[in-house]
Amino acid sequence: MLLITCPHCGPRPEIEFRCGGEAHIARPADPANVGDAAWAHYLFYRVNPKGVHAERWLHAHGCRRWFNALRDTATDRMVATYAMGASRPDRGKLPGGR
Amino acid sequence: MAQTHRLARGGRIDRGQPIAMRFNGTTIEAFVGDTAASALLANGIHFLARSFKYHRPRGIFSHGSEEPSALLTVDRGGGRIDPNTRASAIEAVNGLSLRSQNHWPALGFDLAAVSDWLAPLLVAGFYYKTFMWPGSFWTKVYEPVLRAAAGLGRAAPGPDPDGYQHAHAHCDVLVVGAGPAGLAAAWAASESGKGVMLVDEQAEMGGSLLHDTTSTIDGRSAWVWCEETLARLGSRANVTLLPRTTAFGYYNHNHVGLLQRVTDHLANPPPNAPRERLWQVRAGEVVLATGAHERPLVFAGNDRPGIMLAESLRVFANRYGVVPGRRVAIVTCGASAYTVAADLLAAGVQVTIVDMRPQSACAIEAALVRGAGCEVLAEHTVLFARGRRRVRGLMVAAAGASGRIGVRRVLSCDCVGLSGGWTPAVHLFSQSRGKLGFNAHIDAFVPSASGAAPRSAGAACGTYQLSLCLAQGWRAGAAAAGRTNERLFTASATREGFQPVRILPPASHPGRAFVDLQNDVTARDIQLAVREGFRSIEHVKRYTTTGMATDQGKTSNMNAIGLAAETLGARMADVGVTTFRPPYTPVTFAALAGPSRGSLFEPVRTPPTHAWAAARGATFEDVGQWKRALCFPRASEDMHAAVARECRAVRASAGILDASTLGKLEVVGRDAALFLDRIYTNWLSGLEPGRCRYALMLKEDGYIFDDGVVARLAPDRFHVTTTTGGAQRVLQHMEDYLQTEWPGLEVYVTSITEQYAVIAVQGPKSRAALALLVEDIDLGGEAFPHMAVRTGSICGVPCRLLRVSFTGELGYEINVPSDYGQGVWEALLETGQALPITPYGTEAMHVLRAEKGFMIVGQETDGTVAPDDLGLAGLIGKGKSDFVGLRSLARPDLVAPGRKQLVGLVSQDGRTMLEEGAQLVAETSQPLPMRSAGHVTSSYWSASVGCPIALALVQSGRSRIGQRLHATTPTGFQEVEVRDRVFFDPTGARVHA
Repeated sequence: MLLITCPHCGPRPEIEFRCGGEAHIARPADPANVGDAAWAHYLFYRVNPKGVHAERWLHAHGCRRWFNALRDTATDRMVATYAMGASRPDRGKLPGGR
Repeated sequence: MAQTHRLARGGRIDRGQPIAMRFNGTTIEAFVGDTAASALLANGIHFLARSFKYHRPRGIFSHGSEEPSALLTVDRGGGRIDPNTRASAIEAVNGLSLRSQNHWPALGFDLAAVSDWLAPLLVAGFYYKTFMWPGSFWTKVYEPVLRAAAGLGRAAPGPDPDGYQHAHAHCDVLVVGAGPAGLAAAWAASESGKGVMLVDEQAEMGGSLLHDTTSTIDGRSAWVWCEETLARLGSRANVTLLPRTTAFGYYNHNHVGLLQRVTDHLANPPPNAPRERLWQVRAGEVVLATGAHERPLVFAGNDRPGIMLAESLRVFANRYGVVPGRRVAIVTCGASAYTVAADLLAAGVQVTIVDMRPQSACAIEAALVRGAGCEVLAEHTVLFARGRRRVRGLMVAAAGASGRIGVRRVLSCDCVGLSGGWTPAVHLFSQSRGKLGFNAHIDAFVPSASGAAPRSAGAACGTYQLSLCLAQGWRAGAAAAGRTNERLFTASATREGFQPVRILPPASHPGRAFVDLQNDVTARDIQLAVREGFRSIEHVKRYTTTGMATDQGKTSNMNAIGLAAETLGARMADVGVTTFRPPYTPVTFAALAGPSRGSLFEPVRTPPTHAWAAARGATFEDVGQWKRALCFPRASEDMHAAVARECRAVRASAGILDASTLGKLEVVGRDAALFLDRIYTNWLSGLEPGRCRYALMLKEDGYIFDDGVVARLAPDRFHVTTTTGGAQRVLQHMEDYLQTEWPGLEVYVTSITEQYAVIAVQGPKSRAALALLVEDIDLGGEAFPHMAVRTGSICGVPCRLLRVSFTGELGYEINVPSDYGQGVWEALLETGQALPITPYGTEAMHVLRAEKGFMIVGQETDGTVAPDDLGLAGLIGKGKSDFVGLRSLARPDLVAPGRKQLVGLVSQDGRTMLEEGAQLVAETSQPLPMRSAGHVTSSYWSASVGCPIALALVQSGRSRIGQRLHATTPTGFQEVEVRDRVFFDPTGARVHA
């Protein structure tokens, strides 16, 4: 079970959380003017990297707040967690970042 | 039986506490401190099991958790029965009953042992090659017969009467294994004051020190050092010692699962104590001091009872005061066996050593034991073992480097010790995703350096010298506690080093040489698998089943890998190991379930009138975690009659339903209306305070997600209902958009599902029913029209009253604080007696809504249904430029012709009930597979229509109204007519009454 550091509550076990998939996918400001292909891309296309992946997490059984996390999909190491709205931390400045 | 093989003195058993157990009905004498294995051996019993596949006689093979053969059924009385328990892991308890398993009719006379004679037919993967024809025989004949013949013990027939507990713990340093390295690690880690947990699977802590009667550490005997160290650790407040506790799984981020056996060793356990406790420990740092397992040697007949691991002989003699044999032969390719021989000689046992190594390699240790009267046959091999139910001797011969086998000689013995070298127990390290590297010097896979991985110490990383184990443990413990600290220990030298042998020469011997005793896998099976093209060790494992089952190949894996490598002509390092998976040793399902059994398995949610309904004989259905009243049958009514009566009562007079399970949210804030406009398909900002609207919610992909009623209480306050099952996910959906897409909006969403009881009052007389109890709300049709909301009080209780209908009748939904729910419910029934007013359940609710063609999310929808499919395009607010899902409604697939649309169906014969989920076809004469034209989503018998009705999603359904289709039934097809989905009151006049 992962140990995930909620930016608001601190380290908590994985069972308190729900993963919401890839982070930093902004909803188009004006969906009516997005073409079919671009809209399908927004809806359905997700990256699946081996390595550091930015994900949305919800502290469902805690503060009920969404936040973002960088997780290494190969090792399950939680590289960083950061509040919703904050930009993705610079890889070079992370502990053990790559 | 008498303890014929118990030494007069010695061992750590409590000779002051004699006990008696039963084995297959025979009384076994033992002492407190024994295991079932040591007790049986003390009574001279070796043969106690039949093997998995060939039903060969098997005995006790080891003293520890690696035991592959001695699996027993333990009966503690009162239905407490555990099959497949390792004799070496069962603590001796007075009155314990042990039984052998996997034989018929008896252990000594097992008819299934015929499979041993059929062995040439039953090679690895035989079931993939035989039993091919006829095809139907596999499931009906072959598999049942094979499953019955092969196997283990039987599970207890009844429920487990014991209690099991779950515990959670955090510690700075978790040390697994309390042998010399683990004790030193815990000692060092605890020096700093950090919280330390030390766990060990055995009853006593000390590991290998417990059977070491000759070594000294820092001038003390091993036993005294162990005692002092444990006393020191026990006296420290920051140290927790958990004996009888197996660390069985190492999961992400130092999350370690422990199984603690709390009462199995007690003859009279306290009545309320749990039998086992499952710990989930989150450790800051972990030190793995899990020791090593001895490897057996592979030769024909190496599985006979009386043959066991050499070190186990030493354990039985030194720790339990039991000598498993009077004349012992030790077969070895390494030095540690000589320590075994020395200890056995000291106990008065006659010992002969058969050493595979040349004279030059074993001269030093041989000289030591020869002095004590032990014959050493260097450069010798074992051709086969004699004896069937007990080893009687070994056929040995000289085997030089040239490969030539010398003159045969029978070595008479009643017990054999095997020592094929040592395998570090890297299971937990590997589970932690630590990388293993092959160390050819010690012929073993060992933990390789890795920053995030746990620290290993002692034999677990291939260090066998006692003083080095202690120093390494100390260093690892100190480092885990965040310090750099060294400590040197002086200790007796440990005999170590071996020359690995995969199979004893000559490899061509016709007898069966077992690699995996638990699964009856022979050396030839491994070689066959490689010859048949299996290259990956994972595939060899799956094909031959080596390393599988309850022991997970603790004794067999290295020999299997070695044989596969030899046959492949590959290096061990390149063949690699199979994946180590939890659990390390078997974990009872009961421990994993813990207290989550019976009524505690899942929370049960009950609406406010539950007790009232239960007292009146209501039948209930589970809706998620909720118990909802399905119907209220009266005396002599069946469910069908009750539902029909309840439906008629609603249509004719008035009915009340407990609808408290509906999800309810309060959405408040400056931007609440704007937010709801973006979340729902409807315009809700245009809703006047005091009015309600039926609203639809989509996911971004355009498919229906939920529905409900939005009631505007004030410009900035909405009372929103959701489906019963959708309450949680709708709240999360709203929060998701609020927090991540539109954080600038000032909106607060609060669940009020549990705070409000909801009583639906439906039917032409519902207004009259309310009028008797509502005090300050004008119920007049003009003052309080359909789809309006008022606040006021009922029976003096504050309420939110919605005029809404899920039945097509004039209707209301009363929201009162939950605690008043049952009181208001009973008041309505009592004052409305004369109307009359009738309680109805969820089944009648379903029928009534289906008669009106109202959809239910999750019944008519399945995550691929868009609003227009259900004829609900009118709920999409005119002129809205955006809401969640709007853009997707223009996706090519959603505007393509031929989508399934919701329609009504009636059976042509006027009486056949369709099955929900039944497929619909246009023509039954078409060839298979037929083209589906749609499927039935809801089906009921309708009292109002007078026949069965159904709702269905049908391709281009609205254009097929009046046409015929055919619905599948369990026996064939039923012709149906496509109708409009609204069966009753199509103009909707009744709700406006």
